[in-house]
Amino acid sequence: METLNYLLETLNNLFLIIADAIRGLFADPQSVWANLTMNVINFIIVVIIVVLAALILILLERKVAGWTSQRPGPNRLGPRGWFQTIADALKLMGKEDVTPAGADKLIFKIAPMIIFCLPMMTLAVIPYGKDMAPINIDLGILYFVAISSISTLCFLMAGWGSNNKYSLLGGMRAVAQMISYEIPLLFSLLGVVMITQSFNLGVIVEAQGTIPFIVLQPLAFVIFMIAGLAELNRAPFDLVEADQEVVAGPFTEYTGLRWGLFFLGEYGNMTAMSALAATVFLGGWQGPAFLPGYVWFFMKVGVMIFMMMWVRWTFPRIRIDHLMHLAWKVLLPLSIVNILLTGLGIYIYRFVMGG
Amino acid sequence: MSIEKTEELILNMGPQHPSMHGLFRMVVHLAGETVTNIEPKIGYLHRGMEKLAESRTYSQFIPYTDRLDYLASPHNNWAYVQTVEKLMGVEIPERAEYLRVIFGELARIASHQVCIASTALDMAGWSAWSYAFRDRERICDMYEMTAGSRLTVNIMRIGGMSAEPPEEFWPALQSFLDDTPEMLEEYYGIFFGNEIAMGRLKNVGILTKEMAENLSITGPVLRASGVDYDVRKAEPYSIYDRFDFDVPVRTGCDSYDRTIIRMDEIVESIKIIKQAVRDIPGGPIMAKVPKVIKPPVGEVYHRVENPKGELGFYIVSDGTTKPTRLRIRPATFINLQMLPIVAKGWKIQDVVAIFATLDAVLGEVDK
Repeated sequence: METLNYLLETLNNLFLIIADAIRGLFADPQSVWANLTMNVINFIIVVIIVVLAALILILLERKVAGWTSQRPGPNRLGPRGWFQTIADALKLMGKEDVTPAGADKLIFKIAPMIIFCLPMMTLAVIPYGKDMAPINIDLGILYFVAISSISTLCFLMAGWGSNNKYSLLGGMRAVAQMISYEIPLLFSLLGVVMITQSFNLGVIVEAQGTIPFIVLQPLAFVIFMIAGLAELNRAPFDLVEADQEVVAGPFTEYTGLRWGLFFLGEYGNMTAMSALAATVFLGGWQGPAFLPGYVWFFMKVGVMIFMMMWVRWTFPRIRIDHLMHLAWKVLLPLSIVNILLTGLGIYIYRFVMGG
Repeated sequence: MSIEKTEELILNMGPQHPSMHGLFRMVVHLAGETVTNIEPKIGYLHRGMEKLAESRTYSQFIPYTDRLDYLASPHNNWAYVQTVEKLMGVEIPERAEYLRVIFGELARIASHQVCIASTALDMAGWSAWSYAFRDRERICDMYEMTAGSRLTVNIMRIGGMSAEPPEEFWPALQSFLDDTPEMLEEYYGIFFGNEIAMGRLKNVGILTKEMAENLSITGPVLRASGVDYDVRKAEPYSIYDRFDFDVPVRTGCDSYDRTIIRMDEIVESIKIIKQAVRDIPGGPIMAKVPKVIKPPVGEVYHRVENPKGELGFYIVSDGTTKPTRLRIRPATFINLQMLPIVAKGWKIQDVVAIFATLDAVLGEVDK
């Protein structure tokens, strides 16, 4: 029993032990050079997470699409089609890189690069386990929402830069939709912030030791899920890249790896949003002790991602006026009501506890 | 310095566009997302069917009719061969009539399933699309058993049917009929009962009764506007007067009713097929017609109820083996004229949905 506990403890702190060992290589473990090295390593790990996530999710998306529509999905390349994403990536690399005539070349070219950077920036503040946030900042939630809203700009840049009417329509839709949904998204997180009195994601996870916040804040979780889907441009809110209406929206003119970067960015953002949901509402790395914290964390992220894919392949697309109606007349008032109720709850709790 | 101006965005949708159901092209004038005007531009798929008919013998033209409304090819065969039979005054055997009804109604079901599927797909209902296509496959299998091909079936001949259905056709048909209520429930559950789908279809693209009548709309689109008109009842052709079935009519006049009325029609088609299977007599499937078909001098017009509306053929014969003039009255070509009128003022997304509910097949529109 003793050894088993020791083993679990070691497994749980595996990455911390490795980090300490690397720091130990330096004469002064807290020196600037040690910190710099650790930051570079952390950055590389986050990049690996984004790329790996995209690699797995692209296959998973196609598999989920197959399951919901009663067909096997990709199953030819490798065992059960596991190498499908690699084949897709190779195909994209082999494509000619076309820049349309009349495009705003600079904007056209940097838009996919920026969107690919965003999930790395957001995933860097997520605590993957106890004390395992690559960067631990106090305004974690605010930082996350601020960074993820930059993607609005990328869609508009891509839409404008392409010099294509469909792209422009898609870009304008992106702006209208994502700015509207940022407000309920942030407001839905405020209830949790009020309870924990902290914007720090690490503190929020620590506070969920006994009970995850989805139990205390069910309404906020639902609002977060809906607004998060809209923020990610996932179906049923995928008006930006609605292929039946605006062909592929801002991505219409992109080919090869530039288009692939958009794809990677989309799946990275999806992972990041799921990670935030898992952290804030589902208890992050907290879970029964028989599994290491990071395993719990990634399982929760996986469940959230699966939910998003499930929704995508079963729901039809919402209409743009209904979309706006939902944001401003339903979700925003509801999220404000949630803040009010949370405040009342905290007040009553303090009153009863005599605090 | 600031330059500010607003102008109308002219968007050229199609012919290569994901939701243009083939090769339809429309020039859409947009004020933001709102459609101010639509100019349909048809003709990209024009193959000159009517002119081709003048250089083909009467029998040779049957495969061409498959390519009109390719989602319900037996129906086009049916309309054409009946027109020629009417011109020649040929009586066809009972069994052939029943088989024609069975295949015609199967084609109606298949066509409506495609309509449901493509309407769902145009609103990103991916799963509903694949459910409907999965079930349509079974009808295609039945075509294949009998005629050897799955889409352009070419199953009817002047004077009867080209082939007797094989042994395994009847159990396949029976199990399909038994499964249909469950299929329809599935379509409803995954798509039509969905709140988002209802929000996008209900009260969108209103085609009032007066408008529908003035534009000479036919088929399910007309019946969804509250007009009880079906050629099968109004002017029964073949043996439709022997069957007990209703003509579903809905009064919603909107996109939702235009789509869901097709589910009602599938139920009625099932009824007809069940009665036909019950009553079908034995005997030959081909009437005695001459090898070289030479109708007498004269002209004839005949119309049938295609899944999409009224399909008519007008033939002028000068007594030779080839028609002097053949004119097709396609259903969706005429139904399509409602699009600019109805879609004005709606959002670009609604235009896509309204176009899908018309169930236009460009093979028929462009001929």
